[in-house]
Amino acid sequence: MARWFFPYGGKAGASPMRGAPALAAQRLAARYPAAVQPALRDVTITVPVGTRLALVGPNGAGKSTLLKAAAGLLPIAEGQLTICGLPPGQCPHLVAYLAQRGEVDWHFPISVRRLVVTGRYPHLGWLRSPSREDWRKADAALERLGIRDLAERQIGELSGGQQQRALLARALAQEAELLLLDEPLNAIDAATRAVVSDLLSDLKREGKTVIVATHELDRLQADFDDALFLLDGRVIGHGLTDYQKADAVLNGRLRVNA
Amino acid sequence: MNPLDWILAPFQYGFMRTAALAGVLVGMTCALLGVYVVLRRMAFIGDALAHTVLPGLVIAYLNRWNMTAGALVAGVVTALGIAWLSRRREIREDTAIGIAFTGMFALGVLLMSAARSFRDFSHMLFGYIIGVTDDQLRLFAALAAVIVVVLGLLHKELELTSFDPLHAQAIGLRPDRLRYVLLLLMALAVVGAIQAVGVVLTSALLIVPAAAASLLTNRLPVMMALAVLIAVLASLIGLLISYHLDVASGAAIVLTCIAAFLLAWAVRAVRERHKPASENHT
Repeated sequence: MARWFFPYGGKAGASPMRGAPALAAQRLAARYPAAVQPALRDVTITVPVGTRLALVGPNGAGKSTLLKAAAGLLPIAEGQLTICGLPPGQCPHLVAYLAQRGEVDWHFPISVRRLVVTGRYPHLGWLRSPSREDWRKADAALERLGIRDLAERQIGELSGGQQQRALLARALAQEAELLLLDEPLNAIDAATRAVVSDLLSDLKREGKTVIVATHELDRLQADFDDALFLLDGRVIGHGLTDYQKADAVLNGRLRVNA
Repeated sequence: MNPLDWILAPFQYGFMRTAALAGVLVGMTCALLGVYVVLRRMAFIGDALAHTVLPGLVIAYLNRWNMTAGALVAGVVTALGIAWLSRRREIREDTAIGIAFTGMFALGVLLMSAARSFRDFSHMLFGYIIGVTDDQLRLFAALAAVIVVVLGLLHKELELTSFDPLHAQAIGLRPDRLRYVLLLLMALAVVGAIQAVGVVLTSALLIVPAAAASLLTNRLPVMMALAVLIAVLASLIGLLISYHLDVASGAAIVLTCIAAFLLAWAVRAVRERHKPASENHT
């Protein structure tokens, strides 16, 4: 019966190809099931392992679509997309996907600590409960994001920034090689912003690849190695220094706070 | 009469002991599943599941087949039908359920009126826990065992898909298929509940104890334990009230559940009032 629900569990996933880039897209188009028009078109990019890439653009630009396609949540309409050399969704334990905060039912009766330990589930698979080691990793992730003291709170009792930290802690606890973070900087407090900056540089030092959707240009140069600018599902600029060109296309909609 | 007699005397009768055991089993399974029903906002589906079982019951009754088997088949067919309907997007899910639910219920009423036997019909609508046979009791026990075991084995996946289906999907789970499992388990639970409180009141057993428990705690396992406790006590107390006052057992059980809900509401209100003070201490 378990295979019917497949694929789930660390042993179920394929192992990544050595030397393959973390993400490689060629003329990629992706569309939501009910939509006629693809939400993302003609995207070509290679993200080497260890890169911090920012996806920049206004709402509806296709940032979330690209992340969802990479997480295996959307079918690929055209072109090619590989994650660690494999089709998306083949190695879920190696890819941590952090959805926008609104996707979670924050009223659900679960503690912050238990939310974070769900990051370990892809390593556990069916029928196994989190071990002491899994709980230890969840606690370490909470510690790293500075919310260890909130571990036993119900998730709805946290502030917006704290909820975002909890989701980041879960992504860390998963010990993935590729982290796909959808708007982790949206509507957070300054303290959380600083924690995320530190986290991004720590992850780079550990050789992890991080792709972050954002619509801010604050600290773009400091926090990222590369940037892809999107508008209406198309790439309008690539590279950290391209934001002025991108901004011209967007009629000054991107804001740089010096 | 002394209170202990009030509680114990009725159970000298075999049918009361059987009814009490049936109440405990049905209350336990409905309350456990009810926690998911409440948290996942599936209350309407729960009600629909119970109602659509009616034609199954009636057809089995008219053909002198096993009525519990008829309910079981109808419940499983409905569960799969609802899961299938809800995946299509032509009409809204609650509209689709509303159509299926009233249509099937009307069919049941029509068949029953054609047979002109409304005495047993009222048992189907409002329950007849006193009439539970030993065979039925064994079946309820088996169904309860299946429900408890499946809920236990799939606990972490059901929990995750309930509050964060997108993350569940990203790590390779299939939230829609886990929903099928939950609907099937609900169909099994409904079969017992119909015997106890009837088609019309079954959703009360799914919703009310779990809703009461949800007012008292924000931990899922505690919520499940409290819901079970409330449902089991309400089944027993309702049964005793029905015996002593000679009133309908299903309605007595449901009203006892409602009383527990109101009590939980009051407890919460008192707790909320004292909350600021206690928070200052920590």
